[in-house]
Amino acid sequence: MFDWKWDFVWEILPRLLVATGNTLLAAGAGYAIALVLGLVFALAQRTPYRALTFVVREFVEFIRSTPLLLQIFFVFYVGPQFGLRLSPWTSGMIAIGLHYACYLSEVYRGGIESVPRGQWEAATALNMTITQKYRRVIIPQAIPTALSGMGNYLVGILKDTPMLSVIGVAELIHVANSIGSEHYRFLEPITMVGIIFLAISLPAAGLIRLFEGRVRRKLGL
Amino acid sequence: MLDHTGFPLEITGETTPMVSFRKVRKSYGALTVLKNLDLDIAEGEMVSIIGPSGSGKTTVLRMLMTLEQIDDGVIYVDGQPLTHMPKQGRLVRANERHLRNRRADIGMCFQHFNLFPHMTALENCMEGPVQVLGLSKAEARDRSEELLELVGMISKKDQRPSRLSGGQQQRVAIARALAMRPKVMLFDEVTSALDPEVIGEVTNVIRKLVSEHNLTMLMVTHQMGFARDISDRVCFFYGGKIEEQGPPAELFGNPQRERTQQFLSAVREAV
Ligand SMILES: Nc1ncnc2c1ncn2[C@@H]1O[C@H](COP(=O)(O)OP(=O)(O)O)[C@@H](O)[C@H]1O
Ligand SMILES: [Mg+2]
Repeated sequence: MFDWKWDFVWEILPRLLVATGNTLLAAGAGYAIALVLGLVFALAQRTPYRALTFVVREFVEFIRSTPLLLQIFFVFYVGPQFGLRLSPWTSGMIAIGLHYACYLSEVYRGGIESVPRGQWEAATALNMTITQKYRRVIIPQAIPTALSGMGNYLVGILKDTPMLSVIGVAELIHVANSIGSEHYRFLEPITMVGIIFLAISLPAAGLIRLFEGRVRRKLGL
Repeated sequence: MLDHTGFPLEITGETTPMVSFRKVRKSYGALTVLKNLDLDIAEGEMVSIIGPSGSGKTTVLRMLMTLEQIDDGVIYVDGQPLTHMPKQGRLVRANERHLRNRRADIGMCFQHFNLFPHMTALENCMEGPVQVLGLSKAEARDRSEELLELVGMISKKDQRPSRLSGGQQQRVAIARALAMRPKVMLFDEVTSALDPEVIGEVTNVIRKLVSEHNLTMLMVTHQMGFARDISDRVCFFYGGKIEEQGPPAELFGNPQRERTQQFLSAVREAV
């Protein structure tokens, strides 16, 4: 049926595994940036400073309504025009981190808004500072609501890492493509990439659901 | 000394009220909810507020808890302005820092308890003392356990609110507020969301506070019998104003105003 060569598979496997490491690193680092920056964007939209709220909201809207690929190109190719010469990795992490930060900020916002007003009022009645209110009362209750969205975007960011191949980040697709061009054989490398992605995403999604349930129980919700 | 608008920068003297509303006005858009409210509450006094729904009772408590800004007038607590602060000889609107300083005197219990669902009963009580007052965990625990004992909830101290009945949650909420050692306690219809058979366990706690502690209390309630029993004074609100006030025996026994008579007879018929 297919002309599938196991020898070739074993030969290219080490290179694909290194690339898998890079894919995981890109997804992990991008997600870490997005988690933190997303919270900053979400909180910035809740400050009483109208101008700040406006700018952040518009920025989030702008990023969410343009393609990630464009943003990756923009940081990598347009950056140098402004004297900002960044490596593919750095550009990629900035672009993907920023992109997902905007999506996550909406997830956080939804979570924060799901906390009833009475919780804010009880915190005020205890004379808490704004920081204490967020840290001790609001965020712990916002997390369970936000968790499923956060999990979806973790899988999402993993699946978007191949876009970094266009600026030369040696993640899975990039390496598979190189192997294919070198050997004039694409069947094995591309199939392997598919299997590797599946092998990461499926357990990840399962683990996230498990984690979600645990957090919910831990917070008694 | 008087502010340029005629409000004193502070209230001094032997009879300084614990709480003083001076010409307080509150509107939501075009709707004026409270008009020129003047109300003094003495230290240790228990004042009940009764009146029809929408007459502004909750708003009075929420303004005093600084959950709502007032539009006009000044509220004083223990002689010091709460809603305003002195600046170069005049009163200006309080900033968050001033509010943080003055709000410590006031505690509030809500109709729907508003306990923190991710904390146990004990943790709910310890939260304010540890985070806000800076007590050690051990001190906060001692204080909280004592109060949970007082409200009869010590056996459930490690339960989350979701495992407690409404009456039990409200008693924990009272302990949580008391743990901050406020001078003034506010109760906003704390029994309205409860099943009839558990109302008594909450009112009994409030009775105990009245008889054993020198707290100043302001309570909005629909339970006329309870208000009559424990209040030093009852204020009948109507349309954002105090229509009539006096000692409970007089207000309930011999109301002077027609609206008060109508309200009380309507309430009696409903029972
Ligand atoms: N946040 C708000 N926005 C607009 N109107 C409000 C708000 N809160 C209360 N009101 C209105 O103010 C009036 C007084 O409300 P409230 O003090 O809750 O009355 P009560 O506790 O006596 O039933 C009501 O007409 C109510 O609809
Ligand atoms: Mg009310």
